[in-house]
Amino acid sequence: MDQIKRNTLNLFEDNDHLTTELRLGLPGSDDQPEIKTTSLSSNKRSSSEMGSSSCMDENESTFSPPAKEQIVGWPPVRSYRKNILQVKKMESDTGSGIYVKVSMDGAPYLRKLDLKMYTSYEELMKGLQDMFKCLIGLYSEREGYNGSHHALTYEDKEGDWMLVGDVPWEMFISTCKRLRIMKSCEARGLGGSL
Amino acid sequence: MTSSFPEEVLEHVLSFLTSQTDRNAVSLVCKTWYETDRWCRNRIFVGNCYAVNPRILIRRFPDVKSIELKGKPHFADFNLVPEGWGGYVYPWVVELARAYPSLEEIRLKRMVVTDESLEMVAKSFNNFKVLVLSSCEGFSTDGLAAIAANCRNLRVLDLRECEVEDLSGHWLSHFPDSFTSLESLNMACLVSEVSFSALERLVARSPNLKTLKLNRTVPLEKLSTLLKRAPQLVDFGTGAYSAEFRPDVYSSLAGVFSACKNLKSLSGFWDVTPAYLPVINNVCSQLTSLNLSYATTQSPDLTKIVSQCCNLQRLVVLDYIEDTGLNTVSLSCKDLRELVVFPSDPFIGDVDVQLTEHGLVAVSEGCSKLHSILYFCRQMSNSALIQISKNCPNLTCFRLCIIEPRAPDYQTLEPLDTGFGSIVQNCQHLTRLSMSGLLTDRVFEYIGTYAKNLDMLSIAFAGDSDLGLHYVLSGCDRLRKLEIRDCPFGDKALLANASKLERMRSLWMSSCLVSFGACKLLGRKMPGLNVEVIDERENVNSIPEYAPVEKVYIYRTVSGQRFDAPDFVRIMGKDKDAVYNLS
Repeated sequence: MDQIKRNTLNLFEDNDHLTTELRLGLPGSDDQPEIKTTSLSSNKRSSSEMGSSSCMDENESTFSPPAKEQIVGWPPVRSYRKNILQVKKMESDTGSGIYVKVSMDGAPYLRKLDLKMYTSYEELMKGLQDMFKCLIGLYSEREGYNGSHHALTYEDKEGDWMLVGDVPWEMFISTCKRLRIMKSCEARGLGGSL
Repeated sequence: MTSSFPEEVLEHVLSFLTSQTDRNAVSLVCKTWYETDRWCRNRIFVGNCYAVNPRILIRRFPDVKSIELKGKPHFADFNLVPEGWGGYVYPWVVELARAYPSLEEIRLKRMVVTDESLEMVAKSFNNFKVLVLSSCEGFSTDGLAAIAANCRNLRVLDLRECEVEDLSGHWLSHFPDSFTSLESLNMACLVSEVSFSALERLVARSPNLKTLKLNRTVPLEKLSTLLKRAPQLVDFGTGAYSAEFRPDVYSSLAGVFSACKNLKSLSGFWDVTPAYLPVINNVCSQLTSLNLSYATTQSPDLTKIVSQCCNLQRLVVLDYIEDTGLNTVSLSCKDLRELVVFPSDPFIGDVDVQLTEHGLVAVSEGCSKLHSILYFCRQMSNSALIQISKNCPNLTCFRLCIIEPRAPDYQTLEPLDTGFGSIVQNCQHLTRLSMSGLLTDRVFEYIGTYAKNLDMLSIAFAGDSDLGLHYVLSGCDRLRKLEIRDCPFGDKALLANASKLERMRSLWMSSCLVSFGACKLLGRKMPGLNVEVIDERENVNSIPEYAPVEKVYIYRTVSGQRFDAPDFVRIMGKDKDAVYNLS
């Protein structure tokens, strides 16, 4: 235990090789600056925690304990294991989702999306924008692509590529086979100009 | 002395050394030994694909037959590493194809594998035999089709827990009729249905097939057809194990199982219909490994099965087994070496399942050979941990996950420091430890003092101050992998132990208190380390230097910084244009 105490003291004393090589100061400063701590919450937590604690209080040096709701990556169980029971429950009541592939021009690989998770085009756009971190505009004759760089198109059951947004939502999800996020300059042929 | 020792003799002696660690030690003895080792070493293991690069590898080892590469850090398994971080195998495959046309084996873990990479593997290596992809992603069944169609000497195709874009099951039909060398096929993670007749024909023409792990779409009724074709199987994974009970199906299945005299390992059992479980009764006593972690059935059914597995060495099961089932395990499975208990419902608070620390204590009491534990439960006590440490002094791996973060000893409401302290003190061979529950800096003091053989440590929601991290980094001499999340560890301990980081493979810290400034300083001062700040916040460029980063991943490397990182990954402290070529 003495050895431990010695180690403890050394950490905070001026130990030659520690202070000459690595210091906590920012370049140009001589003393150790006060290290301000912030609360642990970051704005990447699951949504249930975000509302109340997303602002960083710089004077608080204690930690907000993790919410009772789901914490990202906890408990440490792989995703496919979390779904074992859920799959059983889902298959018995709602039936399987409508999964379509989504590609985005320039992205190295595709994603899969369950259209049943959304009830409107707005929700779908939001979901896609979150997934691909881009801005997609719904096309309108007057405004073009609304100033965004991407347009959303889909392949229907007959194999034709269509602009998303023309038909009622329910009809759309029953005919949509896959989605493609195009650069809006390439989508010109579908009837728009920037 | 060395000049009178013929190289051929040295080479012959070295050929008996197969472990990577031994080979590495040998290569440090002197120049002659280094040269001899590099010319005749043909199995290579790279624990971090960014620690080295293909060119350095190829320059040192001219003749490689087998390579194993690992990419993303372990916490990627729990979605803590954002998509697009890295770990691409393609650049490696390009160079390997050029340098080693007679490469036979590729094993990858947590890497991004594209169809393009698989196609290149399929076309570049004439004698390709073994492909093992563990927790990999980025490829589709088209890539598998390329492998099936072109690798005429393939023996092993093992997809472990991969995320595959499953376009169709048609890939399996690409194995040509002339292909008969298959020894091991694991397709359990695939979703699409394969052609059953193609599968049956493949099994029938593979006399050396020892391992077959089916995916969920292969129905129970068809299992006997397959097993009849492969009674020599050693390791078998069923598909979905549910069907309406029919006596003819039952007896047919029981019959074929009985004929599998070499069967040692069973898995699968998705959606299990309990009535069909007893078909394996006759093989239970043969089993050394049993994975029932998808068998969502109650304790009595599970207990009946394990009670007959008197030679079991490895058991993976859901918490449905409950304490009573584990008690049976402790009485029946005297040869047990490894126990894994997963949670059936990780998120719901109150659960009816009666699985507590008592089950684990019982197994530790009854199974003296137990050396590896992964256990998910909802309550733990110091006294239970102390008991376990005394019952199992030979533990090498102890991973305990108490589902509620920071849960104290449920009896005394104290931290679990003494319990885990007892584990590290009594289990001197412990190489891997994962902790949970309420833990203060004290537990790290114990770990630093006693856990001298610890190789990998995982910490979450623990500790009080930088002291905790300092104890670990300064005390654990053999520590190579450290992963930490949501702990109050910051700059002080990290910077004070900077040189230790060069003697480790990697350090992961997320949701801790390490600042941008410290990361930059570390990256600048330590050319042998890549300090990657992983931060997805939109305003990250305006966050002050003293503020904590979201995540930091630090690893030693001889390859310098990498240039395939996405914009949310910043390699700190390195001149962006400089290439460090430390050969």
